[in-house]
This record gives sequence, C-alpha cells and structure tokens, in this order.
Amino acid sequence: MTSFGYIPRKTIVDEMSGASKIFLTLAMSISAMITFDTRFLLLVIAVSISLFIMAKISFKEIKAILVFIFVFLLINNIAIFLFAPEQGVLIYGTRNELLRISERYTITVQQLYYQMNVTLKYFSIVPIALVFFLTTDPAEFAWSLNTLGVSYKIAYAVSLALRYIPEVQRNYRDISQAQQARGVDISKKAPIKARLKGVLTILFPLVFSSLDRIEQISNAMEMRGFGREKKRTWYSGRSFISYDYIVAVIAILCIGLSVYTIVLNNGRFYNPFI
Amino acid sequence: MSNSLIEFRNFSFQYRAQKNPTLVNINLRIEKGEKILIAGPSGSGKSTLGSCLNGLIPFNNPGIITGELLIGGKAPTSVFDSSKLVGTVLQDTDAQFVGLTSAADVAFALENQAIPQSDMIRRVYNTCEEVAANQYAMLAPHNLSGGQKQRVSMAGILVNATPILLFDEPLASLDPYTGKLATELIDRIAQRSKCTVIIIEHRIEDVLHRHIDRVILMDNGRIIADCSPDEIVVSELLDEVGIRKPLYVKALERAGVVLLPDDKPGNLESLVLTDTDKESIQKWVNQAVSQELKTTNHQEETPLLELLETSFSYNITTKTKKLVLDNVSFKLFAGEMTAIIGANGAGKSTLAKLIIGFEEPDTGKIIYNGEDMSGLTIPERAERIGYVMQNPNQMICKPMIFDEVALGLRVRGFGEQEVRERVESVLEVCGLSKVIDWPISALSYGQKKRVTIADALVLRPQILILDEPTAGQDFRHYTDIMEFLLSLNASGVTVVLITHDMHLCIEYAKRALVFSNGELIADCHAYEALSDPELAKKASLRETSLYELARLCDIEDPKSLVRAYLS
Repeated sequence: MTSFGYIPRKTIVDEMSGASKIFLTLAMSISAMITFDTRFLLLVIAVSISLFIMAKISFKEIKAILVFIFVFLLINNIAIFLFAPEQGVLIYGTRNELLRISERYTITVQQLYYQMNVTLKYFSIVPIALVFFLTTDPAEFAWSLNTLGVSYKIAYAVSLALRYIPEVQRNYRDISQAQQARGVDISKKAPIKARLKGVLTILFPLVFSSLDRIEQISNAMEMRGFGREKKRTWYSGRSFISYDYIVAVIAILCIGLSVYTIVLNNGRFYNPFI
Repeated sequence: MSNSLIEFRNFSFQYRAQKNPTLVNINLRIEKGEKILIAGPSGSGKSTLGSCLNGLIPFNNPGIITGELLIGGKAPTSVFDSSKLVGTVLQDTDAQFVGLTSAADVAFALENQAIPQSDMIRRVYNTCEEVAANQYAMLAPHNLSGGQKQRVSMAGILVNATPILLFDEPLASLDPYTGKLATELIDRIAQRSKCTVIIIEHRIEDVLHRHIDRVILMDNGRIIADCSPDEIVVSELLDEVGIRKPLYVKALERAGVVLLPDDKPGNLESLVLTDTDKESIQKWVNQAVSQELKTTNHQEETPLLELLETSFSYNITTKTKKLVLDNVSFKLFAGEMTAIIGANGAGKSTLAKLIIGFEEPDTGKIIYNGEDMSGLTIPERAERIGYVMQNPNQMICKPMIFDEVALGLRVRGFGEQEVRERVESVLEVCGLSKVIDWPISALSYGQKKRVTIADALVLRPQILILDEPTAGQDFRHYTDIMEFLLSLNASGVTVVLITHDMHLCIEYAKRALVFSNGELIADCHAYEALSDPELAKKASLRETSLYELARLCDIEDPKSLVRAYLS
C-alpha cells in the first residue's frame, strides 16, 4: 500500500514554509467557500492547479483519495438536484427549461449553472489542500500553526496527535489479532451485530492502554520543560524565503478579491442570466 | 548544612490512594559525581524513589510526605524546578518521543527553553555525536531499533546538561548485547560529563558490568543496604529480597568457593580468584561433565508442529520488500520446552505470527500434527496453539476475571455449564481459583499475566507460545511464572518461549532456536547457544558471564562449566 503523506520532493513548493502554505490553503478555501462567482472560482482553480503541477505530485499517490472525493462530489450533486431541483431558478431569477423529467424535476440551465459552481468549488479547494498535505513536513506543522498565531500548546497537541496515530493503529492491530485468536470475529464474514460487539471488545484494552500512554507522555514532556516558558522556539522552524511572501500576497489577494466579488455582485452569486 | 547534592532526611511518602506508605524513613545522601545503582524487587519503592527525584512525586502524583528531600541544597517546588537539576531517561523510550524526527526530539528540551534555533541545531548535533546517533538523526524515532531508540532518548536528556542523570530501568526492553552497550554508554557519559548518575534497575549483573560506586538495595519501601558492588553481590540480602545474583557468583557458590568482598566480585574483570578457588571450580566442572545430560531422541516421532521452508516478507513501499523470515524449517515435538532467541528484529515475533495465522507465509508450509494449517482461520488455530502477548493489558478486555477467561468459550457457543467447568479448572491450574470472582483491576501484573495464559489455555491448545513472558519482572515474579510454565510443560503442554533473556533460556528451556536477520542460525541445546561466542555475536546475544568465568579459571571447554551449572 502506498501511504498518503509527506515525501520530500525538492520542488519550490516543498521549500516554501508550512506556515505560508497553511495560510494560502485556508485563504483560498475560505474565499472559494464565500462566493459563487464563476470568474473568481476559475481564477482560484488556475492558481490551485498550477501549484499542484509545480509540486510534482504523482497521480498514483492521490488516486485513492481522488476517487473518494469524486464519488462524494457525485453524491453531493445528485442530492442537490433531488432535494432542491429549483435552487438555480430561485437564485438567478430566470428559468430556461432543458428537459422535463416529471412534475417536480426539470433540468434547467440555471440549475446546471448553479451545480457547476458547486463543482468548481471542489476543484478549487481539493488541489491546494492536497498540495498542503503532501508537501508539508509534519515536523513543521506545529511550528506553522504557532507562527500563524495559534498557542504553542495547542499547536503541539495537534502535531502530537498526528505523531501518535500510527502507534494507536499498531496497537489496535495487535489487540485485534489477539482477540481474533480467542475467537472474537470482526471479519466481514461475521454478522454486523457480532462485528460491532467484537470491535467493542477491542476498544476496551485500546482505550485503557491509550489513557496510560497519555499520562506517561505528558509526564515525560513536563520533565523536559514543556509549558515552563510563555514562548518556545522550534527546531524544525524555518526562515521565510521570497516565495513565502509571494504566497502570502496571493492569499491576501484571494480574500480581497472574494470580498470584492460580493460587493460587485451584490451578494454571493454572479448572475449571467440578466 | 551539608554539601550533598541529594539528601533524603527521614523521608516517607504515601500515595493518596494507598493505605500504607510506599517509602518509609529514607535516609540517603548522594554526593556530586557519584554513580549509584538503586536495586530492588518490584514494589520495593525504587521507582517511587526515582519519581521523588524528578518531581513527579509529589507534584503530579500527590500524597503525604514526611521528612525532607533536598536537591542541590533546597527542596524542589515543581516538576519544572526538579527538571532543571534532574534529567530522567524513561524505561519506555516510546513514551518519551514527541518529535517527528530524532533530531527534533533531541531538541525538545531546548525548544521549551526558547533557545535560538541556530544554537539549538549546534547543540543537538554535538549531543547526537556524543551518543553516536547522528547517522539516524533525521529518521523518525519509532522506526529505529531498540538500541538506537535508547541513544536518541539519552541524547534528548543529555542535551539539557542537567547535573543529575536518572535512568529508570534502562535495560528493561533491550536484548542482552544492546543492554551491554547501553551500560557501557551510560558509563562513558558519566565519565565525560562528570554528572551524578543514578540507575534504577533490577538486572544488577548487567549494570555492574561497568563501574558503580554504590549500590542501594531497597525492599518494602526501605533501604536495606547501602554498600559497594563487591559487598552486595556476596550478600545474602539479594536472595532474600528476590534479586538475581550475578550468574558467575552463583556458579562460584555452587562450586563451593567462598567469596568475600575483598575478592572484588562486583565485576568479573576485577574478581580475584586464588589457585585453590580455580582448582575447586575445575573439580566441580569435571565431576559434572562425567554425568551425561539427558537428551531425548525424537527421530521416530511425528512432530507436533513443523515448519517447511517458510519465508515471509512485508512491503515497505510498493516496490521494496523486507525479508523478515528466510527459508525457515524446524520441527517441534510434543512436550518440549523451546526458546526462540535472537536480537530485537531478528524475526522471532513474525515467526509466532505466522504460526498463529496473523500473517500468511509467502512460501513454505506450516504443518500441525500432520495437517497443513494454511486453510485454518485464526480462531481455529487458537484451539491448537495458544498465544500469549507480552503485555497483558493488550489482551484483557473484560472487567471481571471469570468473564475474561470465559470469553473464548462463549464466542464459540459453549453452554454456560461447560464454560463454568472449564474456566474453573483452568483457573485452578493457573493458581487463580481464589480470585475467580474478582475484578481484573485488583490483580498484580504477574497475576494478569496468568489470566492471559488462562485465556489461551481455556481453549485447550497443545502448544502455548509466549512472547517475552518475563519482560519487566523482577526475579521473584520471574521465578513464579517460569515455575508455573514448567509445571504446565510437565502436564503435557508444549511450550515455546520467545525471549531475549538468556538466564531464562539457559535455566528453563531445553532447546533453543537461534534467529539472526530472519534466518534460523542454530537449533541446539540452550546452553550451547549461549556459550558459543561466535553464535552469540551473530544473534546479538551475549555469552553469559559463565563463559568468561571459564576463561578466568583456565577451563578449556567453556561449555562444560555451563553444563556443570545446569546439572
């Protein structure tokens, strides 16, 4: 199995600091969420995809996650149409029918346009989010959050959680194997009720051993002075390079533009039908 | 006013949740630059004493303190305050690692003091160099071997340059050879840094491999001896509290040699033996050699379990594979007690996983009683071969003892009547019938271990595989468990022990399968494996001190001394 995670690739995107990448990802995500302006979304997609190309991420690494996102997108679109087939008409105020399916469901140009915008949002956020996750050294993660103003204790807690996920997984696997040996069946063959019960049997030792672990780790951290000072420095922190400043400017521009489209369109939607 | 670096004065401590004090009237002075070993059985209070030094007591584990403890002339006021003077290397290195790379982890204490990054990088580099860990500084700590992990965790404490270093059971999870290196590394650090070093450990022979100034022996919360290593190893107190004497000391005693502290028996290198002593050992050895060791000839029997050219590898990435077991074949016969030994990562645990069915071999066959097991599910195999994990807390999943042991039967649909009968009889065998209706939480670690053995035995398997059955246990509990396994073995259960404890191997197992880098490199009598220096080196074991003793006494065949010891 190819693991989904950071691999150093030595590209410009890699060399940018995690802090500026988080900032850009957040800024682009928020601005793409605020507005439905097609022109703006296309611009964000252009930036997002060019960063994705610059990062030289291979398709194989992200295949699984892309399939997942695509299925999700499809379900989302079908759900929108099923529950709100006239949403586009409501938003854009005009109605051009393309195909009448039944009394309730009619395909209109406006609905298609609205759902296209929803889809464009996915395309603007997904590439940049992938770039962030695949090009940011997890070791830099806590520093990045802290640099953006998150308290260092919270920032460290987040990165510690990342660090311990594999350990909890290993622990789960060991425990579940031991329980299987005793006859607890959690495989697909077992009926769903028995499987749920089996998983509960595994959770009991897992939770207790994890709680023990947390106490040991927090004691160990305290003994090495974590939390003694108001500020701390970061071994994995790095200085900003010129690209970081460019990225920061792009991020601020993104939010600015997004707010500007709202003023310009007098709302979240750009209406080409008037 | 005294000048001692550490001073306990009439110090007692009682945990809030406990009825009786854990430490009773401790009076102890430790001077600057001393190297101290604190030994004692589990529950003697030695770890509690360590926690008092690093401040976890009373600041994180509150309780009642009487008397006083002064470190550097004053009483500590917080964990932070103590941590400026005392650096603690934890027994479980994984609990200490917070960094995503080794270097970042070493830097942790410096980061917390807001040391500028450039200073930090230099100090981390120098410290890693000091413990020879620079090679893997950029790797994630949890991907390192046991010995490497320990170096990184030591560096993470050393980087802070505290005047006192506290090692909490540093050898507990290391194989014998790595443990020896760790002892040497601690010694080197102590000499170079001029730190005061305190080692808490019950494997005293391994710690005494290098110079120690004083040994503090604890039992029942009190200090019962405070003396030199030479005095402690010949003292009767070790046997009384249940701490293992060094093997060579026991051998000398069995040979009838009377040791005195003046013979410097604290360390084999310093030990002085007179010619008469040597003669009595030689006589003892010659006498023993004339008696044949019992060996059983299995050639005619069908093996209970047979591995045929079994190989296994796992994927690191899509393209690279790591070969963990390479073409392994052996036979196990009914009624045997076999040890599987080798360094951490030699493939021992993987072997167990293949036999129990957690993993499927790439090639080869595993045959149980003439039947190929490849078609059997994990639960089906469990009725033939029981498996007991190292950590009982990972196995136990019910709050009550009875329910815990009954689980395996209940999920198999046995009637409640038969469940009760079988659980009762297995708990009887495991010496737990008195606590049959107790909650698990009331049990000691050793009792929990027995519960997990009962978990496996209740399915009536013919083979029992135990992963490190005695890890982290003091000599008394160790002996209890091993004697119990011997009695099980005598009642007909075939026992397989996965271990890196050489004492266990030599004293209890009749046969040893030695693994190194996924290969079975020897299948022999346990004593042969541990008195063959070449084999020991390959398997990252350590030849026992009996071997060195044999050389010291001019005995040509060191194996004969090991055999004499065993008979």
